Amino acid sequence: MSGHSSYVPKTGIERWLDARLPIIRLAHDSAVSYPVPRNLNYLWTFGGILVFMLVVQIVTGIILAMHYTANSLLAFNSVEHIMRDVNYGWLLRYLHSNGASMFFVAVYVHIFRGLYYGSYKAPREVLWILGVVIFLLMMATAFMGYVLPWGQMSFWGATVITNLFSALPVIGETIVTFLWGGYSVDNPTLNRFFSLHYLLPFMIFGVVVLHIWALHVVGQNNPTGVEVKNVQKDTVPFTPYATVKDIFGMVVFMILFAWFVFYQPNFMGHADNYIPANPASTPAHIVPEWYFLPFYAILRAIPDKLGGVLAMGAAIVVLAFLPWIDTSKVKSMSYRPIGRQLFWAFVVVCIGLGYLGAMPAEGGYVIASQIFTVLYFGFFVALFVVGLFERPKALPTSIADAVLASAKGGSAARVATATAAEPNVKG
Amino acid sequence: MSRISFRLALTGLAAGLSLALIQPAAQAAEAGPKPPALSWSFSGPFGKFDRAQLQRGFKVFKEVCASCHGASLVAFRNLSQPGGPEFTSGQVAALAATYQIKDGPNDQGEMFERPGRPADRFPSPFPNEQAARAAQGGAYPPDFSVLAKARTYTRGFPTFVFDIFTQYQEQGPDYIHALLVGYKEPPAGFPALLPGQNYNEYMPGHLIAMPNPLSDGQVEYPKGADGKAPVPETADQYARDVAAFMMWMAEPHLEARKRLGMQVMAFLTIFAFLLYYTKKKVWSRMPDGSPVH
Repeated sequence: MSGHSSYVPKTGIERWLDARLPIIRLAHDSAVSYPVPRNLNYLWTFGGILVFMLVVQIVTGIILAMHYTANSLLAFNSVEHIMRDVNYGWLLRYLHSNGASMFFVAVYVHIFRGLYYGSYKAPREVLWILGVVIFLLMMATAFMGYVLPWGQMSFWGATVITNLFSALPVIGETIVTFLWGGYSVDNPTLNRFFSLHYLLPFMIFGVVVLHIWALHVVGQNNPTGVEVKNVQKDTVPFTPYATVKDIFGMVVFMILFAWFVFYQPNFMGHADNYIPANPASTPAHIVPEWYFLPFYAILRAIPDKLGGVLAMGAAIVVLAFLPWIDTSKVKSMSYRPIGRQLFWAFVVVCIGLGYLGAMPAEGGYVIASQIFTVLYFGFFVALFVVGLFERPKALPTSIADAVLASAKGGSAARVATATAAEPNVKG
Repeated sequence: MSRISFRLALTGLAAGLSLALIQPAAQAAEAGPKPPALSWSFSGPFGKFDRAQLQRGFKVFKEVCASCHGASLVAFRNLSQPGGPEFTSGQVAALAATYQIKDGPNDQGEMFERPGRPADRFPSPFPNEQAARAAQGGAYPPDFSVLAKARTYTRGFPTFVFDIFTQYQEQGPDYIHALLVGYKEPPAGFPALLPGQNYNEYMPGHLIAMPNPLSDGQVEYPKGADGKAPVPETADQYARDVAAFMMWMAEPHLEARKRLGMQVMAFLTIFAFLLYYTKKKVWSRMPDGSPVH
C-alpha cells in the first residue's frame, strides 16, 4: 500500500537529517501522504479515538500514581486524598476511571466494525491478531486498575477472578499463590497489581505501534471490502482528509466522555467500591465492570468451574481465529445477505450476555446465559457454514465506482423528489 | 438449512430475552419499595448545594449522627471551602476548638490532647471498629465520609439507561433519606425482632441495628427574622438536610465539577461544529481539485 516515498526535504537541515535518520520521512509517509480509501465512514475514526484514549489513560495514570499509595491499609484513603485534597484530583481520577470505560466503548465499536466489514480477512490477519492481543492486554490492565482503589468490589473482584486460575489442573493452585503473593488477596497482591497496571499500558503502546505498522503495510479496509486498485482514483492523502475527519470524530467522542466525567462520574462504577475492602464481609452480588459482563456471563453459564474458565477464555481467543473461521471470500457484510443477519444477531447476543452477566446467577438467568453462550459460539460456526454456500451481492468494481454510484443514486433520488414536489408548489 | 437454523437461533434469542425480562419483576417484589426520588438542589447539570441546607445538615450530623458515626476524611477547614456549607473561617476555627484532638508524641514522648484546629479532621467517636462494635451491641456505625456514594438501590432495566440522559445519580441521598424515615412496625407475619434489631422498610432485608435516630423537633434550626425556622423542624426535613450534607461530604468538589463540565461542553460543542465545517470543506474536492463525486 505505502508505495515509494513522496517526501522531498525542503531545507538544508531536513536534507542533512534525512541522510542520517529519515524520521521526518517516516512521519510524512505514514501521517501525511499515506493513501486512505476515500469511502471510509465514521466507524473508521475509532482507531484514532483509541490512540487518544490510550494517551489520556497513560497521562492521567502517571499523575495519579504520584499521589496514590499502593498499600492495603492506605490505598482507599489515598484515592480519597486525590478526590479531596489534590488540585483537580477529582478530575484526574474521574477522567481515568471513566476513561477506562470509554476506552472499552471505543474498542468494542472498533471490533464490531472490523467484524462487519471483514477487516480480519487476508491480507489483514496479523493486523487483526495484534488487535486481539491489545484487547487481552486492555482487559488485564483494566482488571488490575479496578483493584487499586481497594474498595469492596476491588477486593472481591480480585478474589473471584484470580481464583479462576485455580481451576486449571496441576498448576492452578501454584499460579493463584503466585498471583496473590501469598495465600489470600492481600497487600502483596495489591503491590504487584499496581506494578503491572503501570507496566501493561506501555506494552499496549508497543503492540499498538505494531498494529499501526501492520495497518500501514496492508492498507485500510473500507466499507466495500474491495481493495484499492488505483491510488489516484480510490484514495485520498491522510492529511488533510483523514486527519480532519479523525479529529472531528475524536471531539464528538470527547463530548460523550465529558458527559460521564463531569455529570455522571460514578454511573459506570459500583457503589460498593466506596466501601473499604473488608475480607470478612462479602458483597451480596460480586459484579465486574460492565465491559467484562458478557464474558462473565459465559463463565457462569457453565456449571463446571474449569469448563467455565475455558469457555470464557475461548470466547476471546476464538476472535483470533476469525480470519480462518470465516469462509466467505467477500469481506463486507454489506454484500452478504445472510452474513449480515448473523452479524446483527451476534450483536444482540453480546448485549444479552452483558445484561445476564450483571444479574445474579440463579434460576432463569442461568438458563438464559447458557442459551446465549451457545448462540455466541454458534455465530462462529454459522459464519463458517454460511460462507460455503452464501451468494453475495455483486461487488462494485472499485472504490471509486462505489463512491460514484452512491453519489449518482443519491442525486437521482433528489431529482425525483424535486419533480414530484413541483406540481404541489405550482398548484 | 441455514434459514431454519437462523430462525431457530432467533427463537432461542427471544426466549432467552423474555426469561431475562421476567426475572427482575420477581426480584423487585422481595427487595421492598424503591426510595422516592426527591428533588435535590445539587442534581442536574447546573446543580449547586443549598448552603443553608448543608449548614442545617451539619447541625443534624453534629447533634445526632456524630455520637456514633465518624467522618474521618472530612477536615474542619472543608466546612469553609467554596462549594460546601461555606461557614466563615472564624466559625470553623471556633468549632474546631470545641473538639479535643489527640496529638503527639511531644518532646517527652507523651501523646497529649489539644484543642482542634481547622486543619484537623473530624475525630471519630470510637477509637477503632472493635470499640464501636463493643459499644453498639455488635453493630458498626459506618463512617460518613463517602457513605452517600457507597449506598444505592437497584434501578433496573430500562431505568438505568434513561438515567444517562436525565443525569439521575442521587440514589445515595434518596436512599439515606428513605432509610431515615423508613422505620415502621414490622408487618404481620414478619419474624419477631430480637433485641437490637429494628424494622426498616428500605433496609435490604428490613433488619437494621440503628434505632430510629430522628424525631420531630429534635434539632433546633436557626430562626429567621420572624422568629420561626425557615423550614419545618420535622424528621423528614432533618433526613433531607443530613442526606444533602452527606452528599457534600462524599463529593466536596461537586459544584466545581459541574461548573467546569459546562465550560468543557460549551467548548467541545463549538469546536466540533467548526471541525465539521472544516471537514466538509476539505472533503468537497479531491487532491487534484476535481469534485469528489
